[in-house]
Amino acid sequence: MNTRNTKVMNRFDVTSRLITKLKHEEAVIGGIGNTNFDLWAAGHRPQNFYMLGSMGLAFPIALGVALAQPERRVFALEGDGSLLMQLGALATIAALKPKNLIMIVMDNGIYQITGAQPTPAAGVADLVAIALGSGLTNSAWAADEEDFERLVDEAMSADEPSLIALRIDDKPGVGATRRDPVQIRERFMHGLGVREPL
Amino acid sequence: MAIAEQQTSSQAGPGSGDRSWHSIVLQTLKRNEISLIPYVPDRVLTPLIKNLHVDPFFTTFATAREEEAVGIVSGAWMGGRRGAVLMQTSGFATLANTLASLAVPYQIPLIMFVSERGTLGEFNYGQSLVCRTMRPVLDSLALEHHTITRLDELEFIADRSIKQAVTTQAPVALILNPLLTGGKVFDK
Repeated sequence: MNTRNTKVMNRFDVTSRLITKLKHEEAVIGGIGNTNFDLWAAGHRPQNFYMLGSMGLAFPIALGVALAQPERRVFALEGDGSLLMQLGALATIAALKPKNLIMIVMDNGIYQITGAQPTPAAGVADLVAIALGSGLTNSAWAADEEDFERLVDEAMSADEPSLIALRIDDKPGVGATRRDPVQIRERFMHGLGVREPL
Repeated sequence: MAIAEQQTSSQAGPGSGDRSWHSIVLQTLKRNEISLIPYVPDRVLTPLIKNLHVDPFFTTFATAREEEAVGIVSGAWMGGRRGAVLMQTSGFATLANTLASLAVPYQIPLIMFVSERGTLGEFNYGQSLVCRTMRPVLDSLALEHHTITRLDELEFIADRSIKQAVTTQAPVALILNPLLTGGKVFDK
């Protein structure tokens, strides 16, 4: 893993940088655990969806939103362990080519929330190579924070789905998402303009 | 069983008549504005999948796993587009975690059509065992489900179940029994 010339970044920092860039009510799907804790901590937005389980489904859920609302950019934040659970989704997304879908993979090589055990891929598999091999041609490692921001800017106007992977440290998430699934979904649907608040 | 034989031999797809089981399912989906259909295939579902692909009203595509398909239609629902997932019995068996942590607690009207394998002449031991886990899983989640055996009941059950799922924001499983579809027969 250290053979890659990429800086080890911090999840909360890069998540905050991403949120700062969102000016058009882009949807953001946070994967389970620390990924959505940091999404919450970066500042709650009605267009954020927080997963409380179903590990590995951040990209498929985001794909569904992207197919339902092709004019809206849809981001998904996923951990490396979660992505390993649903690698087939990369091929599905590559086949459908939703240009408004932007996948961000936070790779620290560990199942951090369960006690920091290494994933079976740690130090062996290259997630961007897997994405490229799955047909997601617009996939790249972010070399550092500036490079990450540049890749996000590019993805915002890309005409194919984008995948950006980052190496991150083992710091725990900053906040803790409130755990009320119905409230989360309802607010998200308000945020997407599908529902009116009561 | 006349209906079963008729349906088995009508798997050619288009032109097989408007009252085939798969044509009724397709029309019922359309009438309820369900246009996004991810699936993991099953031999029995072949004519339905084929006709869905042909009809431009539908966005129909294969996923690598049933969980993915559930995630996709859940996201689509939240984004304002209705979908349904097609799978076979063994695919349903992979879904317990996704149902219990996404569709049920978030109150998402997940519509599932499950081609029932493992019963009424099944030849594959794995299918027959996994089939027996399906209804206990559905019941343990208090999840609405109907087994459809009769062509004359299909439209009523499917249409009403879809409307109930949407209005009560709850998942539903529609199990397509071999008595309806003809099932899969052992032909090497």
